[in-house]
Amino acid sequence: MASYSTSEFKSGLKIMIDGDPCAIIENEFVKPGKGQAFNRVKIRNLKTGRVLEKTYKSGESLEAADVMDTEMQYLYNDGEAWYFMHPETFEQFGADENAVGENIKWLKEQDMWVVTLWNGVPIATTPPNHVVLSVTETDPGVRGDTSGGGGKPATCDTGAVVRVPLFINESEMIKVDTRTGEYVGRVKE
Amino acid sequence: MREQPNFRPSASLETLKHRARMLQGIRAFFHARGLLEVETPILNSTGVTDPHIDSLQTHWRDNGKPVYLHTSPEYAMKRLLAAGSGPIYQISRVFRYGERGTQHHPEFTMLEWYRPGMDHLQLLAEVDELLRTLLAGHVSLHDSIRWTYREAWQQTMGIDPFTLNSNELQQLAREQGIDVTGLGDDRDGWLQLLMTHCIEPALPGATPVFIFDFPASQAALAKIRPAEPPVAERFELYLNGMELANGFHELTDAAEQHGRFEADLALRAQMGKPAMPIDEHLLAALPQLPDCAGVAVGLERLLMVALGARKIDEVMAFVLDA
Repeated sequence: MASYSTSEFKSGLKIMIDGDPCAIIENEFVKPGKGQAFNRVKIRNLKTGRVLEKTYKSGESLEAADVMDTEMQYLYNDGEAWYFMHPETFEQFGADENAVGENIKWLKEQDMWVVTLWNGVPIATTPPNHVVLSVTETDPGVRGDTSGGGGKPATCDTGAVVRVPLFINESEMIKVDTRTGEYVGRVKE
Repeated sequence: MREQPNFRPSASLETLKHRARMLQGIRAFFHARGLLEVETPILNSTGVTDPHIDSLQTHWRDNGKPVYLHTSPEYAMKRLLAAGSGPIYQISRVFRYGERGTQHHPEFTMLEWYRPGMDHLQLLAEVDELLRTLLAGHVSLHDSIRWTYREAWQQTMGIDPFTLNSNELQQLAREQGIDVTGLGDDRDGWLQLLMTHCIEPALPGATPVFIFDFPASQAALAKIRPAEPPVAERFELYLNGMELANGFHELTDAAEQHGRFEADLALRAQMGKPAMPIDEHLLAALPQLPDCAGVAVGLERLLMVALGARKIDEVMAFVLDA
């Protein structure tokens, strides 16, 4: 099994910590002039998303995590898993509830997502930065208001609730930034 | 298309002008005080035995024997002192294997000077004066703090480190939320962990903090003073949470020095690190080394403080692209 020494630590490196695949977010080399060197790292647990800090005595080695980010197309949900397909191999991967997590509210068939595979199994999914959703429910638009100053909640076809300008009506398509959850604009068909 | 490599310096030209002025300031300071500027070899047949400092190694001819880039000019400068040089200083590039981070670069500039007739506390006062001279116009400093190693722990952590064994230090680290792997029962390792993770960040800002009288187990090349417990006559200077200088009331006892080298080598073997040849020239010089104190200051770190730089790269013309 491949392993990484602390001297190879850098942000983005995928390693196994306490049995879970993790990614290094930040690595800081700490050393008194006369004394023990340490690597102080901030890491994200790729299964739980939790960020934690750890310190390693420099020179220690950690097992590499077989983790790959792959762009895949979302196909369907069968009640247990959400299936994504690799666009070139057409191989399908079922992501469970933990892997889809809160992002489920952005999940639309045929959209391209980044699926994080650990030992070939999806452990996390990342939506595209922007998704186009259809408004299924919102209060009627207010005539004359095109500024979008106040805004109102709109429920979308994926279940997401997004704050939209007052002029948006039901069955309209809107573009949303999944990183902030904010309305970006109206999409004309 | 091939991406063009970025040829530009990692420091701004403005910073490099500050750097040049700082070098001038150092030379003026020591010239006025009658210290002689010296230059000693970077390339040497011996390196250091220090278990936590690794030398870069190379060859100068094909006889299989390694030569080493110095990690500090200390040994050669002590040979000059033993030969009767009087007070000396040196500004030199030094090299440390494997050290890279926001405050570390494998090649850096060290200012080192020696004062016959001074002890570590007298030299510490001179370091304070140099610091204030060089930082004038850059940062305004509060009055310096001078704490013994014990006081530094008492003031920041509320404990006396000399009374704690490695288990208790480990417990303390856990209470501080430090999750660390690989230290085992290395007591000095635990002390250094807490020092770097808890004490350094807790030191007051814009205040030079001198910490002196270290545990005897961290004496390096300092005299050990009999006390209860014995302490190493060594000091460190911290400023804005960064270690800037390390000084010793220098050990002059050749037999004890030889014993420390051997202990270092035993520790290196235990750590799986290569043995290093002992510098016999230094041992031969020690009986004639005058009672003196010496200190090494990291020039880039000093510049970082002066200019408020966050990374060492910002104060070096170029950094190692590897």
